[in-house]
Amino acid sequence: MSRDSDNLVEIRGLSFARGDRMIFDGIDLDLRRGKVTAIMGPSGTGKTTLLRLIGGQLRPLSGSIRVDGQEVPRLRRDQLFDLRKRMGMLFQSGALLTDLTVFDNVAFPLREHTRLGEALIRDLVLMKLEAVGLRGARDLMPSELSGGMARRVALARAIALDPMMIMYDEPFTGQDPMSMGVLVKLIRLLNDALGLTSVVVSHDVAETAGIADYIYLISGGKVVAQGTPEALDRERSPWVNQFMHGEPDGPVPFHYPAPDFADDLLGAG
Amino acid sequence: MDTLQNLGRWALGMFERLGRGHLFLLYVLMGTPGLLFRLRLVVQQVYSVGVLSLLIVTVSGLFVGMVLGLQGYNTLVDFGSEEALSVVVALSLVRELGPVVTALLFAGRAGSALTAEIGLMKATEQLAGMEMMAVDPLRRVVAPRFLAGFISMPLLAAIFSAVGVFGGWFVGVGLLGVDDGAFWSQMTAKVDFYEDIVNGVIKSAVFGFVATWIALFEGYDAVPTSEGVSRATTRTVVHTALAVLGLDFVLTALMFGGV
Repeated sequence: MSRDSDNLVEIRGLSFARGDRMIFDGIDLDLRRGKVTAIMGPSGTGKTTLLRLIGGQLRPLSGSIRVDGQEVPRLRRDQLFDLRKRMGMLFQSGALLTDLTVFDNVAFPLREHTRLGEALIRDLVLMKLEAVGLRGARDLMPSELSGGMARRVALARAIALDPMMIMYDEPFTGQDPMSMGVLVKLIRLLNDALGLTSVVVSHDVAETAGIADYIYLISGGKVVAQGTPEALDRERSPWVNQFMHGEPDGPVPFHYPAPDFADDLLGAG
Repeated sequence: MDTLQNLGRWALGMFERLGRGHLFLLYVLMGTPGLLFRLRLVVQQVYSVGVLSLLIVTVSGLFVGMVLGLQGYNTLVDFGSEEALSVVVALSLVRELGPVVTALLFAGRAGSALTAEIGLMKATEQLAGMEMMAVDPLRRVVAPRFLAGFISMPLLAAIFSAVGVFGGWFVGVGLLGVDDGAFWSQMTAKVDFYEDIVNGVIKSAVFGFVATWIALFEGYDAVPTSEGVSRATTRTVVHTALAVLGLDFVLTALMFGGV
């Protein structure tokens, strides 16, 4: 039983559907405290949806989601908001407030949730910005930032309230190799330096496997494989092999399901 | 059969949306008392919703007043009662044109901007991001804008009417030679404070409430894509115009009787 308290997030038998489409069908998943856990899978498997379920923005069809001992789908709105103050989330787009400067964006959660004086807020914001290397960019507007910088600002904002965990939604998508490298380094560094628990949702195998302590592979609404990066790399199952090594064809076919090609071309209909 | 099904689906969709709109309003109204402690948020929005609409409202008011002056004079001069021009101009403006035209301009200038802003904030995940930071966007983003619109509309309508009266005075007294003293004394004698001015202010407050509500809800409920936001912006202007004109009839019937 002592193992349970090692898990910050415990998901049991989680099911979720959008309309008639089943996104998750009985998923079990644990996020260990202090570790970087990666959730990987092909695009469109609902990895982002999983983060929104953990953050309580969506409610599951069935199953349990416990975050730090609290059952998220059952929380009242104010309890949920209290929990969210201890969670940071990094959106794919950064989700910075476009009418505020970089400084004000990072200061936003502090000003909303604390009664700290401006001098203290200034110090805190500069510390967070220094951690992501953008202290010099404090007066820029979000529109003046590159994609990678915007994500780093969003990261500084996500750690502004010193959360217990951070969820990264596709942090590497559309980044050039350098800013990708910076983000990879930051995620690992912040996790270890601040004692966070991190969840990285991604389909960039190499980068994610490089920093993750544990990986879940999700496909078709189920966890198809899990383990340390090394274990998954050695995994013999053809699907895992195809995904981890980026083969174009394999158990996941190159072609979207379609009627026979010849019939289609000669199509009578 | 298909037509019937579509009709049913359309009706259900409409009522569902209507319900969402009212719940939205309820949450926003619940969020407004908290703004007493954060007046800065409201003041910022009064600036962008109200102050930035001043130019279009004053210029329109001036021209509407001048046209009223011309039209009124041409009608009244046949009866030799052109000194009553000020009454025609002032009553038309204060009772009807001030609130109605200002509300239409407000929908085009401020309402569309509110819809686009909120819709884009939704499309770029800013609203979802706030929620994840445990900040309620309805309280932090929508409620200040709602209050700002509600405060700004009556003020804009009052400015519209005031400028309009000067437009009428400029044409009537300045260009067409109506007696200056008669112009003002007729107006003060015939325009009643409660009957005309207060009713006009109530109208403009109702229009401000409805116009801001429609604009904010359309933005908040927009499909979060470029096309969705553009459609929502169009809907804001169209629906506000229809709602204002419809409500104007109802309010006029209630206030000035006869029905």
